[in-house]
Amino acid sequence: MDEGKPLFVQIAEMVEDQIVDGSLAEEEKAPSTNEIASFSRINPATAAKGVNMLVEKGVLYKRRGIGMFVSPGAREQLLAERRAAFANAYVAPLIDEARKLGLTPDDVAQLISEHATPSP
Amino acid sequence: MDPVIQVRDLTKTYKDTHALDGVSFDIQRNSIYGFLGRNGAGKTTAMSILTAQNFPTSGSVRVFGEDPYENARVLSRVCFVRESQKYPDEANAKIALRTARMFFPNWDQDLADELVDEFQLPMKPVIKKLSRGQLSAVGVIIGLASRAEITFFDEPYLGLDAVARQIFYDRLLADYAEHPRTIILSSHLIDEIANLIERVIVIDRGRILMDQSTEEARGRATSIVGDREGVERFVGDREILHRESLGRTASVTFLGQLTPEERREAHAAGLDFAPVPLQQLIVRMTQRDQAADASAPAVTEGALR
Repeated sequence: MDEGKPLFVQIAEMVEDQIVDGSLAEEEKAPSTNEIASFSRINPATAAKGVNMLVEKGVLYKRRGIGMFVSPGAREQLLAERRAAFANAYVAPLIDEARKLGLTPDDVAQLISEHATPSP
Repeated sequence: MDPVIQVRDLTKTYKDTHALDGVSFDIQRNSIYGFLGRNGAGKTTAMSILTAQNFPTSGSVRVFGEDPYENARVLSRVCFVRESQKYPDEANAKIALRTARMFFPNWDQDLADELVDEFQLPMKPVIKKLSRGQLSAVGVIIGLASRAEITFFDEPYLGLDAVARQIFYDRLLADYAEHPRTIILSSHLIDEIANLIERVIVIDRGRILMDQSTEEARGRATSIVGDREGVERFVGDREILHRESLGRTASVTFLGQLTPEERREAHAAGLDFAPVPLQQLIVRMTQRDQAADASAPAVTEGALR
């Protein structure tokens, strides 16, 4: 577990990852707070906080007496959010590191073309 | 806010030492607390008083709103598992568990049976003949199966190996999720229990050093590593917990977090930074607290004349 972000945020991101990669589908039942706590070996209150964060974001919704479900449109919402953060999270550090090694943004662009595998 | 335990200005004096010196804190219902501190810091003294095995010199203690001392009504709702638990000479694990079952109204025999299996605890041999790990297992099983509304675990798992400890943590979390109650864990293995506990109370030399949520504690300090000059310039006049250097590289731990702006600055200056894990934070804060005291002028000098 990464020490950087609060634990409950890491939990929320773990569930979001599953939605983004498709392993947790829209309208599918999300893992319960206790299941998450048990799997990640953390306090259930922390797991609950992560789940509540997703409910507040609209990524999950509650069906009374049954549990938490993935909201329709959640995947698109998360993809849009992550695309917006992509530049800060990945591109800026990439360019910074490249600069330290004496590589220009054009050099980086070239490396990207060389390394990108054509999508199937 | 629903405190099941309230401690106000608790002091316990032995001859001329204060084992506890004006300690105040609350323990909320249905929460897991970490109760941490060095050996001799006062943790066990505090827990003994809370479970009525000892009494205050001054100050007050309320458990479920009442004074726990010689109070059977309160004590049947509290389970205290301690490291050096004494059992009657001829008792075996079976008898110890049966006795606990009679004392605790919420006792769950199915859970006890499962745990005996999981810890591979032999029920027949006299307790004196059990290994250290098996002895610790007896205490831990009683603590979990009692389902007492307040359960203290005072380092009873010191004798447990890493595998057994993991069983304990997993079982504790699973049972706590299904049957919420108030649990206080005291441990030296802080990083091991960091993800289980919701709040941290640290005692050092009879006084409270920290009382906050684990989340807040995690965000409390940052360490920064890199070229010594760059690090010193970046740290500036922040409150420092610890400093180390190796050649031209320095590592400084300080209180506070970096803003996104400061993170970019640090990165640009070639400095690495990371938040400080709970155990390290507590160790550094304790060391700083003790160092501060050591350099303070001795108050009793005049009394020697």
